[in-house]
Amino acid sequence: MSASAVFILDVKGKPLISRNYKGDVAMSKIEHFMPLLVQREEEGALAPLLSHGEVHFLWIKHSNLYLVATTSKNANASLVYSFLYKTIEVFCEYFKELEEESIRDNFVIVYELLDELMDFGFPQTTDSKILQEYITQQSNKLETGKSRVPPTVTNAVSWRSEGIKYKKNEVFIDVIESVNLLGLAAGEGAGCLLTTPHIHPQVNANGSVLLSEIVGTIKLKVFLSGMPELRLGLNDRVLFELTGRGKNKSVELEDVKFHQCVRLSRFDNDRTISFIPPDGDFELMSYRLSTQVKPLIWIESVIEKFSHSRVEIMVKAKGQFKKQSVANSVEIAVPVPSDADSPRFKTSVGSAKYVPERNVVIWSIKSFPGGKEYLMRAHFGLPSVEKEEVEGRPPIGVKFEIPYFTVSGIQVRYMKIIEKSGYQALPWVRYITQSGDYQLRTS
Amino acid sequence: MTDSKYFTTTKKGEIFELKAELNSDKKEKKKEAVKKVIASMTVGKDVSALFPDVVNCMQTDNLELKKLVYLYLMNYAKSQPDMAIMAVNTFVKDCEDPNPLIRALAVRTMGCIRVDKITEYLCEPLRKCLKDEDPYVRKTAAVCVAKLHDINAQLVEDQGFLDTLKDLISDSNPMVVANAVAALSEIAESHPSSNLLDLNPQSINKLLTALNECTEWGQIFILDCLANYTPKDDREAQSICERVTPRLSHANSAVVLSAVKVLMKFMEMLSKDLDYYGTLLKKLAPPLVTLLSAEPELQYVALRNINLIVQKRPEILKHEMKVFFVKYNDPIYVKLEKLDIMIRLASQANIAQVLAELKEYATEVDVDFVRKAVRAIGRCAIKVEQSAERCVSTLLDLIQTKVNYVVQEAIVVIKDIFRKYPNKYESVIATLCENLDSLDEPEARAAMIWIVGEYAERIDNADELLESFLEGFHDESTQVQLQLLTGIVKLFLKKPTETQELVQQVLSLATQDSDNPDLRDRGYIYWRLLSTDPVAAKEVVLAEKPLISEETDLIEPTLLDELICYIGTLASVYHKPPMSGPPLTTSSVQMGAVDLLGGGLDSLVCHGCPLDDIGGTNFVAPPTAAVPASLGAPIGSGLSDLFDLTSGVGTLSGSYVAPKAVWLPAMKAKGLEISGTFTRQVGSISMDLQLTNKALQVMTDFAIQFNRNSFGLAPAAPLQVHAPLSPNQTVEISLPLSTVGSVMKMEPLNNLQVAVKNNIDVFYFSTLYPLHILFVEDGKMDRQMFLATWKDIPNENEAQFQIRDCPLNAEAVSSKLQSSNIFTVAKRNVEGQDMLYQSLKLTNGIWVLAELRIQPGNPSCTLSLKCRAPEVSQHVYQAYETILKN
Repeated sequence: MSASAVFILDVKGKPLISRNYKGDVAMSKIEHFMPLLVQREEEGALAPLLSHGEVHFLWIKHSNLYLVATTSKNANASLVYSFLYKTIEVFCEYFKELEEESIRDNFVIVYELLDELMDFGFPQTTDSKILQEYITQQSNKLETGKSRVPPTVTNAVSWRSEGIKYKKNEVFIDVIESVNLLGLAAGEGAGCLLTTPHIHPQVNANGSVLLSEIVGTIKLKVFLSGMPELRLGLNDRVLFELTGRGKNKSVELEDVKFHQCVRLSRFDNDRTISFIPPDGDFELMSYRLSTQVKPLIWIESVIEKFSHSRVEIMVKAKGQFKKQSVANSVEIAVPVPSDADSPRFKTSVGSAKYVPERNVVIWSIKSFPGGKEYLMRAHFGLPSVEKEEVEGRPPIGVKFEIPYFTVSGIQVRYMKIIEKSGYQALPWVRYITQSGDYQLRTS
Repeated sequence: MTDSKYFTTTKKGEIFELKAELNSDKKEKKKEAVKKVIASMTVGKDVSALFPDVVNCMQTDNLELKKLVYLYLMNYAKSQPDMAIMAVNTFVKDCEDPNPLIRALAVRTMGCIRVDKITEYLCEPLRKCLKDEDPYVRKTAAVCVAKLHDINAQLVEDQGFLDTLKDLISDSNPMVVANAVAALSEIAESHPSSNLLDLNPQSINKLLTALNECTEWGQIFILDCLANYTPKDDREAQSICERVTPRLSHANSAVVLSAVKVLMKFMEMLSKDLDYYGTLLKKLAPPLVTLLSAEPELQYVALRNINLIVQKRPEILKHEMKVFFVKYNDPIYVKLEKLDIMIRLASQANIAQVLAELKEYATEVDVDFVRKAVRAIGRCAIKVEQSAERCVSTLLDLIQTKVNYVVQEAIVVIKDIFRKYPNKYESVIATLCENLDSLDEPEARAAMIWIVGEYAERIDNADELLESFLEGFHDESTQVQLQLLTGIVKLFLKKPTETQELVQQVLSLATQDSDNPDLRDRGYIYWRLLSTDPVAAKEVVLAEKPLISEETDLIEPTLLDELICYIGTLASVYHKPPMSGPPLTTSSVQMGAVDLLGGGLDSLVCHGCPLDDIGGTNFVAPPTAAVPASLGAPIGSGLSDLFDLTSGVGTLSGSYVAPKAVWLPAMKAKGLEISGTFTRQVGSISMDLQLTNKALQVMTDFAIQFNRNSFGLAPAAPLQVHAPLSPNQTVEISLPLSTVGSVMKMEPLNNLQVAVKNNIDVFYFSTLYPLHILFVEDGKMDRQMFLATWKDIPNENEAQFQIRDCPLNAEAVSSKLQSSNIFTVAKRNVEGQDMLYQSLKLTNGIWVLAELRIQPGNPSCTLSLKCRAPEVSQHVYQAYETILKN
């Protein structure tokens, strides 16, 4: 059903550590993995699933390591990949960074964890907070203190231990919305942009949004004693309709995903988000909206390439959000040909920097108020001998953060916290909107 | 201080030193030594020589040390089985430790030590642990049953562990339930017919309750298990769906996909008129779209599955085209899959957007992706008639870019567009002809030649163009040669006066100077046609071509339904069903397989394969130029029908039926004589019986029963003898058989033990059934799959047989075998011998591949069989004998 064995390989494909869970695939088969990967890569047919005879390799890459699961059965592939990612998450929480060195430095713990994470190919306990209660870095702790299984492991509430105590009971709620955008930057009518400092608004008639979506996440930092019952109230349109509140100021969530602590059937029934939270940081939920919103930062660009001599780049960025809001740490990455040289920049605000290893100019603007428009011009020289390989046309990428604001208009209406000891707890809410995968193709 | 220090000792005499340290009195030193041993083991050094010394450290109250020793045991016990026994005592003791962590650890590790001698000792501790008060121990023990079953299935059955495991499904702890379900599912996988899980509405209800409480992984085990259940009616299906849908909101993509699997499968049972059906359709779209925000590997699995889902139920995602738009930084495997789904979703409503995107992609740099994008434009033209014109003009724009591979792909797809919409876009031929010189890929050259030949009457210099190809005739690939031959013959039929010389030339090149049998055959056929009956030649060569279908690479519906049941698994990623018993055939073998047989098989005349084989979705074919090009169909002419092996042959008359033989003589059965035979007709197997009463009394109350047998044959209905059987009376009965009965391997394999009862007594007899009654109708493997599978099956599984006294020719053999569901996948001629490549599939899903070598004039032929279950080969050979000689 799942993995027969799991390997962690170094960048050359040499096993650093492995665990044979089922014994139905010879461990030596892993030797075929790297040659196969190289071969497929050369063929341009690399995929996350490789096969050699009857053995299938499901692999992911993390920094300089490969995590590979082998199987010869019709395994549940999504489970295996999901498990491999979870394994990385657990290792990262144990060792901060997962890399060749941290595996070597902690091989005893890695073995212990591999033993606890999966049994006979079935993933078991993968919650690192709970694992840390009985698999600890310091072995001497084991001998003296808890060498017992925390009951949490097998409880229905397998993510929170009993007996947690805080002096001050608080919950911090972060509502983070990422805007993914695939657009076509305006660019035609190029000539006038280059010659006149004034930019005509009609120029962007050629730009368009191909796809935009908002992916929101609600993250919690929980400092609560005991076994608290939480209920989160959002201005969810479906809920408002159910309760007859009408559509005012509500948000239609297209798809919602919850942390395993949330009672899914309850949500399915009456849209109540109720849960006993894990302790500390976790992501409570994520949601997706594909409602078309005006792109928060709109880009017009003209990239004119004069072969054998130069490239002229001119980019205009426009903040299309409320005047009261400010976008921070704005970074606009504009692609340039890989053989460009001698950069020259001029910006109306912020600073521009050529990053040759990424073949981009990065235009950074610390603070970008809504409604403003800024301009950047760049000039590059091109060698007189044109190089042979064809280059792709990477899109312009934009990064930004707008605090105290959500594009979707989602709001936390309440967070009810009930614990049998009856303490008062305070919820704190922060909102932020940021760029997700925000790219504009240039024509 | 980190553990890395343990890796550093590499000096000689290390083992000796470690031995001393392991036997030290100091606890700390011991532990350090064990760590060094494990470190050596980790880097691949053989430290098995330390076995007794390490095992000596096992009795410790230090948990970390114990774990390390256990780990060592797991690794080396198999190579030191005799010494492993030393560890048993400690294991048994640890299984009774007051600390549940140690009890679980012991039972978990014992299960991983795959040494027979140890397993015997495992039973008692396991029995206790399965009933342990601590759920952590119980959940570990549940998995251990599956481990033990893997080592010794009989032992598990004898010890009654399966029943205990079934009881754990009702355990109060959700994690125990989940692991019990996982273990049972795993065991059931190796016993498909055992009904281990015994799913019924009550047990389903328990599972659905546990679903709400267990971990994400447990939810997946349960959902995957639910997917195997068949609800008794639509109401039950709906109520299960209602309880599964909340899982679509789980953050773990694997939980979501497993829930999608259950829903997609159970939806089959819901009436489309039901409101709930519509609700469910709506609920499925958003989570599927969200999967595209997961990690790239999970996205890939999701996309491969969405590809199946849009084929099965296009309505779910029909409005979601945009989410499949390709992003610059998507990994190539994600890009290619998205593209494929975009084509499937393309419709009149969204075609403008799709085309704009495809055009954008066609200017990217990744060659495979660009090629696929260009082909996709062609597919849009064929799929959405209203867009054809726009597609053609887009393709012309792309041809203007003069990027070599773009031009070639464009020409290949334009050829298909011509076929789909005759007499509409021929005006572009001139533009195409301009690019003739830049074509260097066989597929593109062949396509261009096809176009020139097909429209010879409209192209003034068609003869010059075709002649220009003729110069290097022998350097061309077979595909191009065949096409050139057909093209020139077409040209000749259209413009006979000017092209006589040209046609002579090509015919002579093909028949006299070529050693390619396909080319020669085709050349001779044309030659004879042209010389005996030019009118007939025209009718054949210039015949109206069958329409090409809109979607060329749709998965065949029964396979699609099967794959839907495997959502989320490797089968759904490969788009291939898992083989029963032996594992999946895989894609990587493809390249090798082509090397093996490619020279001959790929050049075979196609079996009515679509001419517009755009390809791409087939996971097996790596998107390199060589393979698809060489496996692609030769571009057709009307003549391809002549070569079509499947048409006209497959009259479904049913398999060969042997005459009835006496199975039970009267003297052995108190006067009842039974003779019979087996038949297979249109997919159903029956046992045709003749019962004769040779006794003096009337016989009544007939009944029949089969013993368990190798292929699960069982009566599908009771034995119906309507009236009492009077003395000397004979009755003929056809007893329908199913293959879903209990399975037990028999000796010989095709042995069937039967019990017949009547009012007098019960009688037993056994008979051998011919294996060909088990050959199923869908046993024709596609050629690529055949190649891959042939290569994939190890050579030791190959068996060779001689079939003597079989004077038939290849055609007759092939047609005779086909009526018994042995399908000819491909045929070729090697040095005067006919080679038939055949496939057949047994009712239990076992594939058998055959190569049959027939020498004209020699009455014996050679049969080579390859099968993952080589024990069936002998019986398949007998089936061949029987079918061919009757």
